[in-house]
Amino acid sequence: MLITCPYCGPRDVIEFTYQGDGNRKRPQPASQDLDAWNAYVYDRLNPAGDHNEIWQHSGGCRAHLRVVRNTLTHEILSTAFARGGHKTESRS
Amino acid sequence: MAEHQLPERQSPLEPEYHPGSHGNFEHGVDVILSETRPGSILQLAAWPGEEKRLIEAIRKVTGLGLPDGAGGGVSNGVRAAFGFAPGKFTVVDEAEGLAAAFAGAITPAIGTLTDLSHGRTPIRIAGPKAEWVMAKFFAIDFALPAFPLGAGRSTNHHDIFAQIQRSGADQFDIYVFRSFARSFWKALCHASEEVGYEVH
Repeated sequence: MLITCPYCGPRDVIEFTYQGDGNRKRPQPASQDLDAWNAYVYDRLNPAGDHNEIWQHSGGCRAHLRVVRNTLTHEILSTAFARGGHKTESRS
Repeated sequence: MAEHQLPERQSPLEPEYHPGSHGNFEHGVDVILSETRPGSILQLAAWPGEEKRLIEAIRKVTGLGLPDGAGGGVSNGVRAAFGFAPGKFTVVDEAEGLAAAFAGAITPAIGTLTDLSHGRTPIRIAGPKAEWVMAKFFAIDFALPAFPLGAGRSTNHHDIFAQIQRSGADQFDIYVFRSFARSFWKALCHASEEVGYEVH
């Protein structure tokens, strides 16, 4: 499986670390809303299809990425920096 | 006042560094391995949005004009610089004291400077089979159009993180952690045996 890092270009999946579901919304740290915290910690969509995920290119540029991966085919549909700001031309 | 004397830096490769020809060299030496031992290795990182100012600071201090684009780099034989991550650059100088030269140029508003001169060991591989040997180590494209002269790449070999700069058409400089350098060097020597290698 290849993931195209927006900075480094296509790299083997072995260089990347999965950082979890990209759909979660973290409540404000001071929030007392237990349902919101419960949903943040435990609720997952677990779709059979396209899935928003956070990955880190830990064996390369170490950038955190937003990746859309198809959980049935492992096709990587899109990759982008998780954080904006660094406007870098992709090499791919 | 007595002149400031810097202690000579000891190479981590020393016990395994054996100058001469090795491996299958009867039909010629196809790669040359060496340790470049630069005086300064710096890591510069820009805050988001400050990349252009950092690149300008690198140009002012070193005279190196970094090309645009991911992994862009330049090397003039004495000094070298390349991007290895978004907004992050490795800058190398044969002479010591580059961190002091940058101290006034990289303001806290632009980014940070980390002196890695004692933390990284640069290993140079050169020769007609350099691409071949590198391709056995790293799963990236080493062909000249994909990896242009001066450009930098971040990757790893069995969890040994490596920054690689192409410093010549058939020459690469590999920056590895000092603590892993001897192990990496031994592996590189073994990988070079089949093509015949010389240690300078």
